[in-house]
Amino acid sequence: MADVWTIAEVSGGVLKEISLELLGRARTLADTLGVRLASVALTSHLNEDQVERLAASGADVIYLGQDSTLEPFTVSAHASALMALVAEHSPQIILAGATTYGRTLLPYLAVKLSCGLTADCTDLAIEEGSGNLLQIRPAIGGNIMATIKSPNHRPQMATIRPRSTPLPSLDYSRTCTVCHVPITAAVHNPTHVLGLRPFVGQQRSIEDAEIVVAGGKGLKKRDNFALVEDLASLLGAEVGASRDAVDRGWATYPHQVGLSGKTISPELYIAIGISGAIQHLAGIKTAKRIVAINNDRDANIMAIADYAIIGDLFAIVPLLAKRLQERRKTQ
Amino acid sequence: MHIIVPIKQVPQSSAVKMDPVTGTMIRSGSAATLNPLDLYALETALCLSERSAGSVTALTMGPPSAAQILKEALSMGASRAILLTDRLFGGSDTYATSYALSKAIEHIGSFDLIITGERATDGDTAQVGPGIAAWLDVALVTYVSAINTIVDRTMEVERLTEEGYQAVRLTLPALISVVKEIAIPRLPTLRGKKRAMNTPIEEWDARTIGADIGKIGLKGSPTRVVKIESPKVARTAEVHIASDEDSMKGAVDRLIDIIEEVYHG
Repeated sequence: MADVWTIAEVSGGVLKEISLELLGRARTLADTLGVRLASVALTSHLNEDQVERLAASGADVIYLGQDSTLEPFTVSAHASALMALVAEHSPQIILAGATTYGRTLLPYLAVKLSCGLTADCTDLAIEEGSGNLLQIRPAIGGNIMATIKSPNHRPQMATIRPRSTPLPSLDYSRTCTVCHVPITAAVHNPTHVLGLRPFVGQQRSIEDAEIVVAGGKGLKKRDNFALVEDLASLLGAEVGASRDAVDRGWATYPHQVGLSGKTISPELYIAIGISGAIQHLAGIKTAKRIVAINNDRDANIMAIADYAIIGDLFAIVPLLAKRLQERRKTQ
Repeated sequence: MHIIVPIKQVPQSSAVKMDPVTGTMIRSGSAATLNPLDLYALETALCLSERSAGSVTALTMGPPSAAQILKEALSMGASRAILLTDRLFGGSDTYATSYALSKAIEHIGSFDLIITGERATDGDTAQVGPGIAAWLDVALVTYVSAINTIVDRTMEVERLTEEGYQAVRLTLPALISVVKEIAIPRLPTLRGKKRAMNTPIEEWDARTIGADIGKIGLKGSPTRVVKIESPKVARTAEVHIASDEDSMKGAVDRLIDIIEEVYHG
Protein backbone atom coordinates (compact mmCIF):
# COMPACT_ATOMS: atom_id res chain seq x y z
CA MET A 1 0.00 0.00 0.00
CA ALA A 2 1.15 3.48 -0.84
CA ASP A 3 2.65 5.64 1.89
CA VAL A 4 1.54 8.87 3.53
CA TRP A 5 4.01 11.73 3.14
CA THR A 6 4.54 14.98 4.95
CA ILE A 7 6.82 17.76 3.74
CA ALA A 8 9.13 19.09 6.44
CA GLU A 9 10.20 22.72 6.61
CA VAL A 10 13.76 23.48 7.53
CA SER A 11 15.39 26.78 8.34
CA GLY A 12 19.10 27.02 9.10
CA GLY A 13 19.51 23.28 9.61
CA VAL A 14 16.64 23.16 12.12
CA LEU A 15 13.08 21.88 11.66
CA LYS A 16 10.19 24.26 11.96
CA GLU A 17 7.45 23.12 14.35
CA ILE A 18 4.96 22.61 11.53
CA SER A 19 7.14 19.69 10.34
CA LEU A 20 6.40 17.85 13.57
CA GLU A 21 2.75 18.90 13.74
CA LEU A 22 2.28 17.38 10.28
CA LEU A 23 3.81 14.09 11.44
CA GLY A 24 1.56 14.02 14.50
CA ARG A 25 -1.50 14.43 12.34
CA ALA A 26 -0.35 12.08 9.57
CA ARG A 27 0.63 9.32 12.01
CA THR A 28 -3.06 8.72 12.76
CA LEU A 29 -3.86 8.62 9.03
CA ALA A 30 -1.04 6.17 8.29
CA ASP A 31 -2.10 3.92 11.17
CA THR A 32 -5.73 3.96 10.03
CA LEU A 33 -4.62 3.01 6.52
CA GLY A 34 -2.00 0.53 7.75
CA VAL A 35 0.79 2.15 5.73
CA ARG A 36 4.14 3.78 6.39
CA LEU A 37 4.58 7.45 7.17
CA ALA A 38 7.38 9.31 5.44
CA SER A 39 8.73 12.80 5.95
CA VAL A 40 10.40 14.55 3.02
CA ALA A 41 13.02 17.17 3.92
CA LEU A 42 14.60 19.21 1.14
CA THR A 43 17.31 21.48 2.45
CA SER A 44 20.96 22.39 2.18
CA HIS A 45 21.66 20.63 5.44
CA LEU A 46 19.70 18.97 8.24
CA ASN A 47 21.43 18.39 11.56
CA GLU A 48 21.59 14.79 12.80
CA ASP A 49 19.56 15.54 15.95
CA GLN A 50 16.84 17.00 13.71
CA VAL A 51 16.67 13.79 11.67
CA GLU A 52 16.16 11.97 14.98
CA ARG A 53 13.38 14.41 15.91
CA LEU A 54 11.52 13.53 12.71
CA ALA A 55 11.80 9.83 13.57
CA ALA A 56 10.75 10.44 17.18
CA SER A 57 7.72 12.42 15.95
CA GLY A 58 6.38 9.48 13.97
CA ALA A 59 8.24 9.16 10.65
CA ASP A 60 8.95 5.58 9.51
CA VAL A 61 10.93 6.81 6.52
CA ILE A 62 12.80 10.05 5.92
CA TYR A 63 13.55 11.13 2.37
CA LEU A 64 16.39 13.53 2.87
CA GLY A 65 17.50 15.67 -0.05
CA GLN A 66 20.50 17.79 0.91
CA ASP A 67 21.84 20.17 -1.69
CA SER A 68 22.88 23.81 -1.71
CA THR A 69 20.33 24.51 -4.48
CA LEU A 70 17.45 23.59 -2.13
CA GLU A 71 17.97 26.42 0.38
CA PRO A 72 16.71 29.09 0.36
CA PHE A 73 13.54 27.67 -1.13
CA THR A 74 12.66 28.21 -4.77
CA VAL A 75 9.62 26.58 -6.34
CA SER A 76 11.40 25.14 -9.31
CA ALA A 77 14.14 23.40 -7.26
CA HIS A 78 11.73 21.90 -4.72
CA ALA A 79 9.04 20.98 -7.23
CA SER A 80 11.46 19.14 -9.51
CA ALA A 81 12.95 17.20 -6.59
CA LEU A 82 9.46 16.24 -5.37
CA MET A 83 8.21 15.30 -8.83
CA ALA A 84 11.07 12.84 -9.20
CA LEU A 85 10.43 11.40 -5.72
CA VAL A 86 6.67 11.06 -6.30
CA ALA A 87 7.26 9.36 -9.65
CA GLU A 88 9.52 6.83 -7.95
CA HIS A 89 7.43 6.07 -4.84
CA SER A 90 3.79 7.05 -5.67
CA PRO A 91 2.57 8.15 -2.23
CA GLN A 92 -1.20 8.26 -1.70
CA ILE A 93 -1.21 11.41 0.44
CA ILE A 94 1.08 14.45 0.59
CA LEU A 95 0.66 17.01 3.38
CA ALA A 96 2.49 20.30 3.84
CA GLY A 97 2.06 23.28 6.13
CA ALA A 98 -0.27 26.10 5.09
CA THR A 99 2.72 28.43 5.32
CA THR A 100 4.27 30.67 2.67
CA TYR A 101 6.31 27.57 1.75
CA GLY A 102 3.50 25.02 1.51
CA ARG A 103 1.02 27.44 -0.02
CA THR A 104 3.51 28.22 -2.79
CA LEU A 105 4.95 24.78 -3.46
CA LEU A 106 1.86 22.56 -3.25
CA PRO A 107 -0.46 24.37 -5.69
CA TYR A 108 2.38 24.41 -8.21
CA LEU A 109 3.14 20.73 -7.60
CA ALA A 110 -0.54 19.72 -7.71
CA VAL A 111 -0.85 21.04 -11.27
CA LYS A 112 2.39 19.34 -12.32
CA LEU A 113 1.12 16.04 -10.85
CA SER A 114 -2.46 16.55 -12.13
CA CYS A 115 -3.84 16.20 -8.61
CA GLY A 116 -6.37 17.82 -6.35
CA LEU A 117 -5.29 20.05 -3.48
CA THR A 118 -7.17 21.49 -0.51
CA ALA A 119 -5.84 24.64 1.17
CA ASP A 120 -5.45 25.40 4.84
CA CYS A 121 -7.13 22.34 6.37
CA THR A 122 -7.82 22.31 10.09
CA ASP A 123 -8.78 18.65 10.27
CA LEU A 124 -8.22 15.42 8.35
CA ALA A 125 -9.77 11.97 8.45
CA ILE A 126 -9.89 8.77 6.44
CA GLU A 127 -13.25 7.93 4.86
CA GLU A 128 -14.48 4.52 5.90
CA GLY A 129 -14.66 2.01 3.09
CA SER A 130 -13.01 4.05 0.34
CA GLY A 131 -9.91 5.05 2.31
CA ASN A 132 -10.14 8.52 0.75
CA LEU A 133 -8.60 11.42 2.63
CA LEU A 134 -11.29 13.73 4.01
CA GLN A 135 -9.92 17.26 4.05
CA ILE A 136 -11.77 19.63 6.35
CA ARG A 137 -11.31 23.37 6.10
CA PRO A 138 -13.04 26.58 7.11
CA ALA A 139 -14.54 28.40 4.11
CA ILE A 140 -16.32 31.66 3.42
CA GLY A 141 -14.56 33.58 6.13
CA GLY A 142 -14.60 30.65 8.53
CA ASN A 143 -18.39 30.60 8.65
CA ILE A 144 -18.74 27.13 7.22
CA MET A 145 -16.66 23.98 7.44
CA ALA A 146 -16.27 22.18 4.13
CA THR A 147 -15.23 18.55 3.81
CA ILE A 148 -13.40 17.92 0.55
CA LYS A 149 -11.97 14.82 -1.10
CA SER A 150 -10.14 13.86 -4.28
CA PRO A 151 -11.63 10.43 -5.02
CA ASN A 152 -9.95 9.72 -8.36
CA HIS A 153 -6.55 11.35 -8.19
CA ARG A 154 -3.39 10.29 -6.40
CA PRO A 155 -1.59 11.60 -4.48
CA GLN A 156 -4.28 13.41 -2.47
CA MET A 157 -2.77 16.70 -1.36
CA ALA A 158 -3.55 19.22 1.35
CA THR A 159 -1.93 22.09 3.21
CA ILE A 160 -2.53 22.12 6.96
CA ARG A 161 -2.97 25.23 9.08
CA PRO A 162 -0.06 25.66 11.52
CA ARG A 163 -0.97 25.14 15.19
CA SER A 164 -4.22 23.42 14.29
CA THR A 165 -2.92 20.29 16.00
CA PRO A 166 -0.66 19.80 19.04
CA LEU A 167 2.94 18.72 18.66
CA PRO A 168 3.30 14.92 18.90
CA SER A 169 5.09 13.52 21.92
CA LEU A 170 8.60 12.41 21.02
CA ASP A 171 9.48 8.72 21.13
CA TYR A 172 13.20 8.25 20.55
CA SER A 173 12.88 4.45 20.60
CA ARG A 174 11.13 4.46 17.20
CA THR A 175 13.01 2.99 14.28
CA CYS A 176 13.22 4.87 11.04
CA THR A 177 14.88 4.47 7.63
CA VAL A 178 16.71 7.46 6.22
CA CYS A 179 16.87 7.53 2.40
CA HIS A 180 19.25 10.04 0.88
CA VAL A 181 17.72 11.53 -2.22
CA PRO A 182 20.03 12.47 -5.07
CA ILE A 183 19.34 16.02 -6.23
CA THR A 184 19.91 17.07 -9.81
CA ALA A 185 20.09 20.82 -10.00
CA ALA A 186 17.72 22.35 -12.53
CA VAL A 187 19.40 23.39 -15.77
CA HIS A 188 17.85 26.80 -15.46
CA ASN A 189 16.18 28.09 -12.32
CA PRO A 190 14.40 31.36 -13.17
CA THR A 191 14.39 32.49 -9.52
CA HIS A 192 17.33 33.17 -7.25
CA VAL A 193 17.16 34.23 -3.61
CA LEU A 194 19.52 37.09 -2.80
CA GLY A 195 19.05 37.41 0.94
CA LEU A 196 16.75 37.87 3.92
CA ARG A 197 15.94 41.04 5.84
CA PRO A 198 14.55 39.81 9.16
CA PHE A 199 11.66 41.62 10.82
CA VAL A 200 12.63 44.47 13.09
CA GLY A 201 11.25 44.25 16.61
CA GLN A 202 9.36 41.09 15.92
CA GLN A 203 10.76 37.71 16.87
CA ARG A 204 8.19 35.43 15.32
CA SER A 205 5.34 35.72 12.89
CA ILE A 206 1.96 36.01 14.58
CA GLU A 207 0.84 32.68 13.10
CA ASP A 208 3.37 30.89 15.29
CA ALA A 209 2.63 32.76 18.50
CA GLU A 210 0.94 31.11 21.49
CA ILE A 211 -0.39 34.43 22.69
CA VAL A 212 -1.36 37.37 20.50
CA VAL A 213 -2.29 40.75 21.93
CA ALA A 214 -4.05 42.83 19.31
CA GLY A 215 -5.25 46.41 19.15
CA GLY A 216 -7.85 48.23 17.10
CA LYS A 217 -9.57 51.53 16.51
CA GLY A 218 -10.59 51.83 20.17
CA LEU A 219 -7.00 52.83 20.99
CA LYS A 220 -7.79 56.13 19.32
CA LYS A 221 -4.25 57.14 18.32
CA ARG A 222 -0.88 55.79 17.36
CA ASP A 223 0.84 56.57 20.65
CA ASN A 224 -1.74 54.54 22.52
CA PHE A 225 -0.86 51.45 20.50
CA ALA A 226 2.14 51.18 22.85
CA LEU A 227 -0.33 49.82 25.43
CA VAL A 228 -0.77 46.79 23.19
CA GLU A 229 2.94 46.44 22.47
CA ASP A 230 3.91 46.75 26.13
CA LEU A 231 1.37 44.18 27.25
CA ALA A 232 2.55 41.82 24.51
CA SER A 233 6.16 42.10 25.56
CA LEU A 234 5.17 41.55 29.18
CA LEU A 235 3.37 38.35 28.19
CA GLY A 236 5.99 37.17 25.70
CA ALA A 237 3.27 37.53 23.10
CA GLU A 238 3.21 38.80 19.53
CA VAL A 239 1.41 41.95 18.49
CA GLY A 240 -1.66 41.78 16.28
CA ALA A 241 -3.73 44.57 14.79
CA SER A 242 -7.11 45.08 13.20
CA ARG A 243 -7.30 46.32 9.62
CA ASP A 244 -8.27 49.76 10.92
CA ALA A 245 -5.13 49.94 13.02
CA VAL A 246 -2.93 48.86 10.09
CA ASP A 247 -4.63 51.26 7.69
CA ARG A 248 -3.94 54.07 10.17
CA GLY A 249 -0.28 53.10 10.31
CA TRP A 250 -0.29 52.03 13.97
CA ALA A 251 1.08 48.61 13.02
CA THR A 252 2.52 47.11 9.84
CA TYR A 253 0.79 44.65 7.53
CA PRO A 254 2.54 41.49 8.82
CA HIS A 255 0.63 42.13 12.08
CA GLN A 256 -2.80 42.38 10.47
CA VAL A 257 -5.28 39.78 11.68
CA GLY A 258 -8.35 38.87 9.62
CA LEU A 259 -9.58 38.01 6.20
CA SER A 260 -7.19 40.32 4.37
CA GLY A 261 -4.39 39.64 6.84
CA LYS A 262 -3.43 36.56 8.85
CA THR A 263 -5.62 33.74 10.07
CA ILE A 264 -4.27 32.64 13.42
CA SER A 265 -4.95 29.96 16.03
CA PRO A 266 -3.13 31.01 19.20
CA GLU A 267 -3.82 29.57 22.65
CA LEU A 268 -4.89 33.03 23.76
CA TYR A 269 -6.01 36.06 21.79
CA ILE A 270 -6.49 39.35 23.61
CA ALA A 271 -8.43 41.90 21.56
CA ILE A 272 -8.06 45.43 22.88
CA GLY A 273 -10.38 48.08 21.49
CA ILE A 274 -11.34 45.84 18.56
CA SER A 275 -15.04 45.87 17.75
CA GLY A 276 -14.74 42.74 15.61
CA ALA A 277 -15.69 43.29 11.99
CA ILE A 278 -16.67 40.00 10.38
CA GLN A 279 -13.39 40.03 8.44
CA HIS A 280 -11.47 40.25 11.70
CA LEU A 281 -13.45 37.51 13.43
CA ALA A 282 -12.77 35.20 10.48
CA GLY A 283 -9.08 35.43 11.32
CA ILE A 284 -9.40 34.37 14.96
CA LYS A 285 -12.22 31.82 15.01
CA THR A 286 -9.87 28.95 15.68
CA ALA A 287 -8.11 30.67 18.59
CA LYS A 288 -8.42 28.56 21.74
CA ARG A 289 -9.37 31.42 24.09
CA ILE A 290 -10.53 34.86 23.05
CA VAL A 291 -10.46 37.77 25.47
CA ALA A 292 -12.09 41.09 24.60
CA ILE A 293 -11.40 44.37 26.34
CA ASN A 294 -13.89 46.89 25.03
CA ASN A 295 -16.24 49.60 26.20
CA ASP A 296 -19.10 48.38 23.99
CA ARG A 297 -21.04 45.44 25.36
CA ASP A 298 -22.76 44.96 22.01
CA ALA A 299 -19.59 44.90 19.91
CA ASN A 300 -19.41 42.03 17.39
CA ILE A 301 -16.36 40.60 19.12
CA MET A 302 -18.54 39.62 22.11
CA ALA A 303 -20.21 36.93 19.96
CA ILE A 304 -16.99 34.92 19.89
CA ALA A 305 -15.25 36.03 23.08
CA ASP A 306 -14.75 33.60 25.97
CA TYR A 307 -13.97 36.35 28.44
CA ALA A 308 -14.83 40.01 28.21
CA ILE A 309 -14.08 43.05 30.27
CA ILE A 310 -16.45 45.88 29.50
CA GLY A 311 -14.93 49.20 30.44
CA ASP A 312 -12.30 51.80 29.73
CA LEU A 313 -9.33 50.10 28.11
CA PHE A 314 -7.09 53.04 29.03
CA ALA A 315 -7.62 52.12 32.68
CA ILE A 316 -7.92 48.34 32.32
CA VAL A 317 -4.80 47.63 30.25
CA PRO A 318 -2.38 49.60 32.45
CA LEU A 319 -3.89 47.94 35.54
CA LEU A 320 -3.51 44.53 33.91
CA ALA A 321 0.15 45.28 33.15
CA LYS A 322 0.73 46.47 36.71
CA ARG A 323 -0.95 43.46 38.34
CA LEU A 324 0.99 41.09 36.06
CA GLN A 325 4.27 42.69 37.09
CA GLU A 326 3.30 42.52 40.77
CA ARG A 327 2.38 38.87 40.45
CA ARG A 328 5.67 38.08 38.70
CA LYS A 329 7.62 39.71 41.53
CA THR A 330 5.93 37.69 44.23
CA GLN A 331 6.46 34.38 42.44
CA MET B 1 5.79 45.59 -20.86
CA HIS B 2 2.55 43.65 -21.14
CA ILE B 3 1.08 42.63 -17.80
CA ILE B 4 -1.89 40.33 -17.30
CA VAL B 5 -3.86 40.58 -14.06
CA PRO B 6 -6.28 37.72 -13.31
CA ILE B 7 -9.00 39.01 -10.97
CA LYS B 8 -12.03 37.52 -9.21
CA GLN B 9 -15.54 38.53 -8.29
CA VAL B 10 -16.31 37.70 -4.65
CA PRO B 11 -19.31 38.19 -2.34
CA GLN B 12 -19.21 41.59 -0.70
CA SER B 13 -18.26 40.88 2.88
CA SER B 14 -19.14 44.37 4.09
CA ALA B 15 -22.72 43.43 3.31
CA VAL B 16 -22.40 40.59 5.77
CA LYS B 17 -23.33 40.72 9.44
CA MET B 18 -22.87 38.30 12.29
CA ASP B 19 -25.86 36.66 13.91
CA PRO B 20 -25.10 37.35 17.59
CA VAL B 21 -26.90 34.20 18.74
CA THR B 22 -25.54 31.57 16.38
CA GLY B 23 -22.35 33.36 15.37
CA THR B 24 -23.05 32.53 11.75
CA MET B 25 -22.97 34.86 8.80
CA ILE B 26 -26.05 36.67 7.56
CA ARG B 27 -25.64 37.60 3.91
CA SER B 28 -27.82 40.49 2.92
CA GLY B 29 -28.66 39.92 -0.72
CA SER B 30 -25.95 38.72 -3.03
CA ALA B 31 -23.88 41.83 -3.60
CA ALA B 32 -20.65 40.99 -5.39
CA THR B 33 -17.47 42.96 -5.66
CA LEU B 34 -13.90 42.82 -6.92
CA ASN B 35 -11.76 40.73 -4.56
CA PRO B 36 -10.20 43.49 -2.42
CA LEU B 37 -6.75 41.88 -2.55
CA ASP B 38 -6.82 42.08 -6.37
CA LEU B 39 -6.75 45.88 -6.15
CA TYR B 40 -3.10 45.62 -5.07
CA ALA B 41 -2.29 43.46 -8.09
CA LEU B 42 -3.98 45.95 -10.42
CA GLU B 43 -2.22 48.91 -8.82
CA THR B 44 1.18 47.20 -9.08
CA ALA B 45 0.55 46.36 -12.73
CA LEU B 46 -0.59 49.88 -13.58
CA CYS B 47 2.47 51.45 -11.91
CA LEU B 48 4.84 49.12 -13.75
CA SER B 49 3.15 49.67 -17.11
CA GLU B 50 3.21 53.46 -16.66
CA ARG B 51 6.94 53.30 -16.05
CA SER B 52 7.60 51.24 -19.15
CA ALA B 53 4.89 52.52 -21.51
CA GLY B 54 3.32 49.09 -21.30
CA SER B 55 -0.21 47.81 -21.07
CA VAL B 56 -2.38 45.95 -18.58
CA THR B 57 -4.93 43.28 -19.47
CA ALA B 58 -7.48 42.35 -16.83
CA LEU B 59 -8.82 38.80 -17.06
CA THR B 60 -11.54 37.08 -15.07
CA MET B 61 -13.48 33.85 -15.18
CA GLY B 62 -17.02 33.98 -13.91
CA PRO B 63 -20.68 34.51 -14.72
CA PRO B 64 -21.68 37.33 -17.13
CA SER B 65 -22.19 39.60 -14.09
CA ALA B 66 -18.43 39.48 -13.48
CA ALA B 67 -18.16 42.05 -16.30
CA GLN B 68 -18.72 44.59 -13.53
CA ILE B 69 -15.31 43.96 -11.93
CA LEU B 70 -13.65 44.24 -15.35
CA LYS B 71 -15.25 47.67 -15.74
CA GLU B 72 -13.69 48.58 -12.42
CA ALA B 73 -10.27 47.41 -13.65
CA LEU B 74 -10.71 49.44 -16.85
CA SER B 75 -11.70 52.53 -14.93
CA MET B 76 -8.55 52.21 -12.82
CA GLY B 77 -6.51 52.18 -16.03
CA ALA B 78 -6.37 48.69 -17.53
CA SER B 79 -6.36 48.89 -21.32
CA ARG B 80 -8.04 45.57 -22.12
CA ALA B 81 -10.57 43.39 -20.33
CA ILE B 82 -11.42 39.75 -21.01
CA LEU B 83 -14.31 37.82 -19.48
CA LEU B 84 -14.01 34.08 -19.60
CA THR B 85 -17.56 32.87 -19.29
CA ASP B 86 -19.19 29.57 -20.17
CA ARG B 87 -21.51 27.21 -18.33
CA LEU B 88 -18.88 24.56 -18.97
CA PHE B 89 -16.59 26.32 -16.48
CA GLY B 90 -19.15 25.95 -13.67
CA GLY B 91 -18.00 24.04 -10.60
CA SER B 92 -14.30 24.46 -11.36
CA ASP B 93 -11.95 23.93 -8.43
CA THR B 94 -8.56 25.67 -8.25
CA TYR B 95 -6.98 23.08 -10.57
CA ALA B 96 -9.60 23.55 -13.30
CA THR B 97 -9.70 27.32 -12.79
CA SER B 98 -5.95 27.70 -13.12
CA TYR B 99 -6.09 25.54 -16.27
CA ALA B 100 -8.82 27.67 -17.87
CA LEU B 101 -7.05 30.93 -16.98
CA SER B 102 -3.74 29.61 -18.32
CA LYS B 103 -5.43 28.65 -21.61
CA ALA B 104 -6.93 32.16 -21.82
CA ILE B 105 -3.48 33.65 -21.19
CA GLU B 106 -2.01 31.51 -23.95
CA HIS B 107 -4.80 32.75 -26.20
CA ILE B 108 -3.99 36.37 -25.32
CA GLY B 109 -0.51 35.59 -26.60
CA SER B 110 2.64 37.23 -25.39
CA PHE B 111 3.06 38.68 -21.91
CA ASP B 112 5.95 39.65 -19.67
CA LEU B 113 4.38 39.37 -16.27
CA ILE B 114 1.26 38.01 -14.60
CA ILE B 115 0.32 39.64 -11.29
CA THR B 116 -2.30 38.17 -8.95
CA GLY B 117 -3.60 39.19 -5.54
CA GLU B 118 -2.38 37.18 -2.56
CA ARG B 119 -5.63 35.17 -2.58
CA ALA B 120 -9.36 35.73 -2.94
CA THR B 121 -11.21 36.57 0.25
CA ASP B 122 -14.00 34.05 -0.43
CA GLY B 123 -12.22 30.80 -1.28
CA ASP B 124 -9.09 31.86 0.59
CA THR B 125 -6.96 29.18 -1.09
CA ALA B 126 -4.20 31.22 -2.80
CA GLN B 127 -3.85 28.25 -5.16
CA VAL B 128 -4.90 29.62 -8.53
CA GLY B 129 -1.87 31.91 -9.06
CA PRO B 130 0.77 29.23 -8.43
CA GLY B 131 -1.37 26.84 -10.50
CA ILE B 132 -1.29 29.20 -13.50
CA ALA B 133 2.50 29.47 -13.20
CA ALA B 134 2.72 25.67 -13.27
CA TRP B 135 0.49 25.33 -16.34
CA LEU B 136 2.46 28.02 -18.20
CA ASP B 137 5.84 26.89 -16.87
CA VAL B 138 6.95 30.36 -15.87
CA ALA B 139 8.87 31.63 -12.85
CA LEU B 140 6.77 31.91 -9.68
CA VAL B 141 7.35 34.23 -6.73
CA THR B 142 4.57 34.60 -4.14
CA TYR B 143 3.81 37.14 -1.38
CA VAL B 144 5.74 39.93 -3.14
CA SER B 145 5.78 43.08 -0.98
CA ALA B 146 7.99 45.33 -3.14
CA ILE B 147 9.42 45.49 -6.63
CA ASN B 148 12.89 46.96 -6.39
CA THR B 149 14.31 46.93 -9.92
CA ILE B 150 13.49 45.78 -13.42
CA VAL B 151 16.36 45.71 -15.88
CA ASP B 152 15.66 44.09 -19.23
CA ARG B 153 14.24 40.65 -18.39
CA THR B 154 15.40 40.60 -14.78
CA MET B 155 13.37 41.74 -11.81
CA GLU B 156 14.38 42.06 -8.19
CA VAL B 157 11.57 41.83 -5.67
CA GLU B 158 11.03 41.35 -1.96
CA ARG B 159 8.65 38.76 -0.60
CA LEU B 160 7.05 38.57 2.80
CA THR B 161 7.76 35.30 4.60
CA GLU B 162 7.40 34.11 8.20
CA GLU B 163 11.06 35.02 8.84
CA GLY B 164 11.15 38.44 7.21
CA TYR B 165 11.53 40.02 3.79
CA GLN B 166 13.32 37.82 1.31
CA ALA B 167 15.01 39.41 -1.72
CA VAL B 168 14.54 37.41 -4.92
CA ARG B 169 15.86 37.89 -8.43
CA LEU B 170 13.70 36.43 -11.19
CA THR B 171 13.74 36.17 -14.93
CA LEU B 172 10.68 37.12 -16.97
CA PRO B 173 8.21 35.89 -18.02
CA ALA B 174 6.95 35.26 -14.53
CA LEU B 175 3.93 35.17 -12.26
CA ILE B 176 4.04 37.05 -8.98
CA SER B 177 1.40 37.27 -6.28
CA VAL B 178 1.47 40.48 -4.27
CA VAL B 179 0.55 41.33 -0.69
CA LYS B 180 -1.24 44.41 0.55
CA GLU B 181 1.78 46.44 1.52
CA ILE B 182 3.11 46.62 -2.05
CA ALA B 183 1.02 49.64 -3.05
CA ILE B 184 -1.95 51.82 -2.25
CA PRO B 185 -4.64 51.17 -4.86
CA ARG B 186 -5.77 54.22 -6.83
CA LEU B 187 -9.38 55.24 -7.07
CA PRO B 188 -11.05 55.21 -10.48
CA THR B 189 -11.07 58.67 -12.07
CA LEU B 190 -13.93 60.23 -14.00
CA ARG B 191 -11.82 59.96 -17.15
CA GLY B 192 -11.16 56.33 -16.34
CA LYS B 193 -14.84 55.63 -15.86
CA LYS B 194 -15.62 57.24 -19.23
CA ARG B 195 -12.96 55.16 -20.91
CA ALA B 196 -14.29 52.04 -19.20
CA MET B 197 -17.73 52.79 -20.62
CA ASN B 198 -16.28 53.01 -24.11
CA THR B 199 -14.04 49.96 -23.89
CA PRO B 200 -15.81 46.77 -24.86
CA ILE B 201 -15.34 43.71 -22.67
CA GLU B 202 -14.23 40.75 -24.74
CA GLU B 203 -16.22 37.61 -23.92
CA TRP B 204 -14.52 34.29 -24.46
CA ASP B 205 -15.89 30.80 -23.92
CA ALA B 206 -14.26 27.39 -23.59
CA ARG B 207 -14.07 26.98 -27.35
CA THR B 208 -12.38 30.39 -27.87
CA ILE B 209 -9.44 29.38 -25.71
CA GLY B 210 -9.31 25.82 -27.03
CA ALA B 211 -9.82 24.31 -23.58
CA ASP B 212 -9.82 20.54 -23.16
CA ILE B 213 -13.39 19.89 -21.98
CA GLY B 214 -12.13 17.13 -19.67
CA LYS B 215 -10.04 19.63 -17.71
CA ILE B 216 -12.65 22.31 -16.98
CA GLY B 217 -15.71 22.66 -14.80
CA LEU B 218 -16.79 20.13 -12.22
CA LYS B 219 -15.76 17.27 -14.53
CA GLY B 220 -12.23 18.60 -14.77
CA SER B 221 -11.89 19.23 -11.04
CA PRO B 222 -10.03 16.61 -8.98
CA THR B 223 -11.60 17.79 -5.71
CA ARG B 224 -15.18 17.29 -4.57
CA VAL B 225 -16.95 19.05 -1.73
CA VAL B 226 -18.67 16.25 0.13
CA LYS B 227 -20.13 18.11 3.07
CA ILE B 228 -20.79 21.67 4.23
CA GLU B 229 -21.49 22.34 7.88
CA SER B 230 -22.26 25.57 9.69
CA PRO B 231 -20.54 25.12 12.99
CA LYS B 232 -21.94 27.13 15.86
CA VAL B 233 -19.01 29.41 16.44
CA ALA B 234 -20.61 31.65 19.03
CA ARG B 235 -18.99 31.31 22.40
CA THR B 236 -20.60 32.29 25.64
CA ALA B 237 -18.48 34.96 27.16
CA GLU B 238 -17.86 35.38 30.82
CA VAL B 239 -18.57 39.11 30.99
CA HIS B 240 -17.22 41.45 33.62
CA ILE B 241 -18.33 45.05 33.76
CA ALA B 242 -15.45 47.17 34.98
CA SER B 243 -17.36 50.19 36.17
CA ASP B 244 -15.37 51.10 39.29
CA GLU B 245 -12.01 50.34 40.82
CA ASP B 246 -13.10 47.16 42.63
CA SER B 247 -14.92 45.59 39.71
CA MET B 248 -11.99 46.44 37.45
CA LYS B 249 -9.53 44.83 39.83
CA GLY B 250 -11.68 41.71 40.05
CA ALA B 251 -11.99 41.50 36.28
CA VAL B 252 -8.27 41.98 35.73
CA ASP B 253 -7.30 39.38 38.34
CA ARG B 254 -9.64 36.85 36.79
CA LEU B 255 -8.01 37.58 33.41
CA ILE B 256 -4.58 36.99 34.93
CA ASP B 257 -5.81 33.56 36.08
CA ILE B 258 -6.78 32.81 32.48
CA ILE B 259 -3.37 33.93 31.26
CA GLU B 260 -1.69 31.74 33.87
CA GLU B 261 -3.73 28.78 32.64
CA VAL B 262 -2.25 29.32 29.16
CA TYR B 263 1.29 29.41 30.56
CA HIS B 264 0.80 26.25 32.55
CA GLY B 265 -0.95 24.43 29.73
